[in-house]
Amino acid sequence: MSSKPSDTSRAPDPAALDWIAVRERLRSSKGPAYWRSLDDLADTPQFRDLLEREFPRGASEWGKSVSRRSFVKLMGASIALSGLAACSRQPVEHIVPYVKPPEQMIPGEAMHFATSIPSDGCGLGVVVESHTGRPTKIEGNPNHPASLGGAGAREQAAILSLYDPDRSANVTLDGTITTWEACKEAIQRYTRSFQAVQGEGLYVLTRGVVSPSLAHQISQLRAAFPKTQWHQYDPLHNDAAIEGAQIAFERNVSVRLHLARAKRILSLDADFLSSGPGAIRYAKDFANARDVDRVPEMNRLYVVEAMPTVTGSMADHRLPMRLTEMERLARTIAALVGVPNCAVDEELSESQLAFARAVAADLRAHAGESLVIAGESQTAMAHAIVHAMNETLESVGRTVTYIEPVEARPENHVRSLANLVLAMNARKVKLLLILGGNPAYDAPPDLEFAKAIDHVSMRLHLSSHANETSALCQWHVPEAHPLESWGDTRAFDGTTAMVQPLIAPLYNGKTAAEILDVALGTNRSAHAIVQDYWRAQMDASEFDRFWETALANGFVPRSEHPPLDVRVRHGIAYQRLLESTDHIEIAFRGDPALGDGAEANNGWLQELPRPLTKITWDNAVLISPATAERLGVEREQVVDLTIDAYSVSGPVWILPGHADGCVTVHLGYGRTRCGRVGDNVGFSAYQIRRAGAMWSNRKVDITPTKGRHKLARTEDHHVMTQEGRPLARMGTLAEYQAAPDFAQHMAHDPARVINMHHRPAPEDGNAWAMTIDLNRCTGCNACMTACQAENNIPIVGKDQVIAGREMHWIRVDRYFVGDTLEEPLVVHQPVPCMQCEKAPCEVVCPVAATAHSDEGLNDMTYNRCVGTRYCSNNCPYKVRRFNFLHYAKEQYEGENRRALDAMHNPNVTVRSRGVMEKCTYCVQRINKARIEAKKEGRAIRDHEIVTACEQACPSEAILFGNLNDPNSRIVRAKQNPRNYALLGDLNTRPRTTYLARLRNPNEALEPPTARGRGAHGGSAEDVGETEGEAGRA
Amino acid sequence: MATVTRRLDDISPKEPVIAPGQTYGSITDLVNDVVDQTERPPRFWLAVFGIGSLLLMLLLNAVGYLLIRGPGIWGINIPVAWGFAIINFVWWVGIGHAGTLISAILLLLRQEWRTSINRFAEAMTLFALMCAGMFPLLHVGRPWVVFFMFPIPSTTGMWPQFRSPLMWDVFAINSYMLVSAVFWYVGLLPDLATLRDRAWRRWNDAPPPERKLADRIRQIAYGMAAIGWRGSARHWHRYEMTYLLLAGLATPLVVSVHTIVSFDFAVSVLPGWHATVFPPYFVAGAIYCGFAMVLVLMIPIRKVYRLEGLVTMNHIENMAKVMLVAGLIVFYGYLMELFFAWYSGNTYERFMMQNRLTGPYWPAYWALILCNVLIPQLLWLKRVRTNLVVLFIVAIFVNIGMWLERYVIVVVSLHRDFLPTSWGAYHGTFWDWALYLGTFGLFLVNMALFLRFLPMINVFEMKHLLHSKMPQPAKGEESR
Repeated sequence: MSSKPSDTSRAPDPAALDWIAVRERLRSSKGPAYWRSLDDLADTPQFRDLLEREFPRGASEWGKSVSRRSFVKLMGASIALSGLAACSRQPVEHIVPYVKPPEQMIPGEAMHFATSIPSDGCGLGVVVESHTGRPTKIEGNPNHPASLGGAGAREQAAILSLYDPDRSANVTLDGTITTWEACKEAIQRYTRSFQAVQGEGLYVLTRGVVSPSLAHQISQLRAAFPKTQWHQYDPLHNDAAIEGAQIAFERNVSVRLHLARAKRILSLDADFLSSGPGAIRYAKDFANARDVDRVPEMNRLYVVEAMPTVTGSMADHRLPMRLTEMERLARTIAALVGVPNCAVDEELSESQLAFARAVAADLRAHAGESLVIAGESQTAMAHAIVHAMNETLESVGRTVTYIEPVEARPENHVRSLANLVLAMNARKVKLLLILGGNPAYDAPPDLEFAKAIDHVSMRLHLSSHANETSALCQWHVPEAHPLESWGDTRAFDGTTAMVQPLIAPLYNGKTAAEILDVALGTNRSAHAIVQDYWRAQMDASEFDRFWETALANGFVPRSEHPPLDVRVRHGIAYQRLLESTDHIEIAFRGDPALGDGAEANNGWLQELPRPLTKITWDNAVLISPATAERLGVEREQVVDLTIDAYSVSGPVWILPGHADGCVTVHLGYGRTRCGRVGDNVGFSAYQIRRAGAMWSNRKVDITPTKGRHKLARTEDHHVMTQEGRPLARMGTLAEYQAAPDFAQHMAHDPARVINMHHRPAPEDGNAWAMTIDLNRCTGCNACMTACQAENNIPIVGKDQVIAGREMHWIRVDRYFVGDTLEEPLVVHQPVPCMQCEKAPCEVVCPVAATAHSDEGLNDMTYNRCVGTRYCSNNCPYKVRRFNFLHYAKEQYEGENRRALDAMHNPNVTVRSRGVMEKCTYCVQRINKARIEAKKEGRAIRDHEIVTACEQACPSEAILFGNLNDPNSRIVRAKQNPRNYALLGDLNTRPRTTYLARLRNPNEALEPPTARGRGAHGGSAEDVGETEGEAGRA
Repeated sequence: MATVTRRLDDISPKEPVIAPGQTYGSITDLVNDVVDQTERPPRFWLAVFGIGSLLLMLLLNAVGYLLIRGPGIWGINIPVAWGFAIINFVWWVGIGHAGTLISAILLLLRQEWRTSINRFAEAMTLFALMCAGMFPLLHVGRPWVVFFMFPIPSTTGMWPQFRSPLMWDVFAINSYMLVSAVFWYVGLLPDLATLRDRAWRRWNDAPPPERKLADRIRQIAYGMAAIGWRGSARHWHRYEMTYLLLAGLATPLVVSVHTIVSFDFAVSVLPGWHATVFPPYFVAGAIYCGFAMVLVLMIPIRKVYRLEGLVTMNHIENMAKVMLVAGLIVFYGYLMELFFAWYSGNTYERFMMQNRLTGPYWPAYWALILCNVLIPQLLWLKRVRTNLVVLFIVAIFVNIGMWLERYVIVVVSLHRDFLPTSWGAYHGTFWDWALYLGTFGLFLVNMALFLRFLPMINVFEMKHLLHSKMPQPAKGEESR
């Protein structure tokens, strides 16, 4: 790694994507195509539509804002047509003001509705905050088993997708706007003709279906037209797990982990803490089983993975390994724990064998409390081996259960799509309904989906955006956002949940169910479809109560799938499938923020620093330091990746801890038709992801080029460690047991000794404080998105991130710990405002725009702020964010920009340019609770105020409360011996403090004396001596 | 100090503070002929005014665009929230210091040699302060509400926050500006009266017809500016008293202004800023670069306007000596910063220093050492001190070096502070440079106008000096 980094050349890279320019180009290309002249309009359906309406479509629809230019155009058209409109008598429509507002609605008071939104293929129960009819924030549903209150970054960012100005707003036929009625007519023309041939030629392509009512509809369709073909394709679908279950159990199951009961966990490239259905619940269960304050014995996590992930960063022992070697390691560990037909693999290296032995011994020693998990990148055989291991280790029924599949029809999605392509190429497909998904973008390139679809006579694509696939279809129907639609879904454990709309569709979006209903000829509304389905499932008398309960709760209580009694088939020959090679491998992963790329137009997700790389607005070819050296490539150097005939190029990023001999690329980038935010960001790794090698390919040719591509990172330095500073403090379990307060002695904290400036917290009133438990934090970024939604934080764009001006009020710092680049430990440290009692920012503000409140908050008064930025300079934590430009206004430009205004939290000021801002501890929530408490004449209760970050955190790492309430949880947390103040030696007396991270290393792999990382032991008397030593720690 | 005084005069007995052969009349003519505008301005003046005007237009553009878009057009970011604006502010304020030092402190110390350069240096102070004063206003995010920083009654009922060093800056800079302007203006009064009188009377009878209107306007303008100065004994008595008092008032300002500017940094918690050595080190730095700037301006002007008789080599050499001494104090400051970083044992301090010397901005630090420490050591040689070309170049280096010093203090300290995760980088953008170069435009245009419309050398004080050097002055010159 070069030590003379490129950070002296901060000028924008010419190769970098200029997304402002891209946006400009798009805007200008969209505008004129709209209405060029009245002649253009004359024969189009919308012309007829105009005749019937007094105002042009768009001018009279609320919620859909129009740019001034198109408004003028539309008005011009209206005036020209007003003569025509005058020919018919308009019906009198009385408008009535809100004399009697809807029940429960109090202006200024938020309402909350429980619903469910998709999360990695399953449903996640959420509670949506709504202000006067506008949904503004998505939070986890505390009662829903998949959420328990938590929500991930992607689920929370769905609120931005709802108001996305680039959402498709019209049914189109060959790119021209038409009507839903015309579309229905077109579908039904086909279905009428299908009557005679039993539906031969009718094909439906969906993503993985977990909705019971949608599955029922599809089966109804297949009943009506028996030759209907249903295909599913989800680019991140876990096909190997389905096939692995077939090998092991000869049937389909879903795996449900019980991490709370697992004391020893081995993960084979399974990022179960941050991706896949159930990740939010799993993160909480895992953190609880790790919390030394709650459980007698801390769990231990072994992770074997190619690319460092969030899960890997929580590991006590992490083994970087190429994906294709992992099956061998699995077989070896299986043999060592006693799975029959497995043998120790001789090709493993010495250190890998040592790892396998230690892990196997540990797992066996904790039989019944241990758990082995395989990730989606693993082979079907590896999944089967893992099932066998869990059975041998007596884990089944304890730490893992098998349940009926959550999906309506589990199958290998790649095969399903391939079959569809075969059918299309054979000219068998007459009508193809693509209900969601974007196969033109994310299908394996060797299937040549785009070519095949040409042979289909009528193609219809339902999608929220007019995307790559829409461009290949004659018909495009805007898809209703989950917050606009009726439906139902299942969670990772089978729990059924209802999807209810918070708002009428902004752009007349339709759901997949409505399209299928058109095909069925029943034409019901989405609401009726769901209700009819559930009504048929029970007695008519029960239905109303069932429905009310399900909607009020957001899910159907006790509807999870019960455990199945399945046994691993005897006599499976776990034959070796993979030979080792010296080629450089490639691994594909869903992007930690964007997932499969469907949400690529979501600015919050684009600007979310990826947990390990801190890259925003780009993906990269991730590579280990040694492999980079071997290939002679540098950071940000563009390389060509070639697999057979397929090739793509992207910039290199060197990631310590990545396995040698392989590279990882994230999917979800390189979109070309998703909107002004996501177009042409990054490169599309789908272009080299062949059908036979969806998760890894055993050989990739990497050709360095001369090109450079500037990556926008939020940690813009090239030193990865803490620089010998006791910042994110970590110790081992043994050290903790020897001296529970070890973290407090890693630096001198003047707040703990007598100080003449001591200003105790006032004993009356409230004293707000926060703790962040590093032992629970996984670094998943959920808090960042929660904060962004709650506090109206704008995105700034790639150029501004490169300039160092991202606006996140809470960030997650990532430190590599340890002395090797190959196997560093990783600590995540969320950093919001510390709300220092002796805040350095306050004294230097010349206008008192930042001042201390009675309750210990470091308040920002935006109206008073002049913008000297002195406060930021003097903030040792650098948590202050400055509006260098008018980000709130400039974040989206062009058409429909104002649609985003509806998303803002009305209780938080939208900041103008030139003012400083920062974390407020969600002061609007504090004030709301204060008002409620005052009205009821009581004190604010513990846990009555939950900050946005705390609320979202899946692993409950963040805790907020009142220091003056002796019974509060925060007081107990502050008394925790692991509690320490970040940079406490500056005597800032932060109200936000941290609980030190603990590791639970296996002595067989890491003898207690051999390690110098982490903490200094010590007792309270050592304070004076350790002070001088602080730096050298 | 008295011994120093004598020595400064004694070192170069051959180079008097005023050249031989000067009379009251010759001094008056020499200085005022420039202002009388009977001939076309020299090419030098046209060039300065032209370049200055171009740069001034650049300044207007830079300011206009800044007000339209916001400070995001600059290179600043988080963590480097201060950039060129603050660097330039400190640099220009520092330049201003030489003027006050020359006119006030040297007056009180009875350094006669100051007489021929003080008017000029004071003008430089004022113009430098105008440039400096722009930056605090422009660098804020919302310049239209900077009045929040002034302790004026307003509907908000809010006072400024007096604990902030920026607040102290507001007072320090404003009082400095006010006192400097008054001091300069009061010192100008007798000369303004002379100009008023000369405007019409220098034609003996009446001006030629084409000059009539112009000279009448000049007479009125200078007359108004001279606020009724008649040169009576009472006037002179009051004048002397006022001038002395103002000098006394200005003297502490020389020390206080840059001390307070240094508090902007020293009061913070940031490694690289949080240092007790800052006040003296900043004041010395200000004098250092102020004298360098006087030399940079004086050497060519003296040549172009043929003022060698009034601004002698003695002046030049004395200024070089002051520069050398100030430079050594500044060097001591650098050494102390290094020493403190090591002696404190503080991780953050040590890292900061190491980062200065070897981090990504190492060229800035070593260039600063070259410009501010190594090159000025040439000033130990008399040959260098008396070689105008070399001295000019050394002075330019010192000015660059002092700018780099502020760059190192502001940017290099900020870009890597406590949490490595927040580290960043900073580079000036086109608009940063435009604003900086633009202020040169403001400075040069002001300077050119000053040269053209006001006597750049204090005429009556020169006569006074002549009087003290020549026991029997010629009579009858007063009236001119």
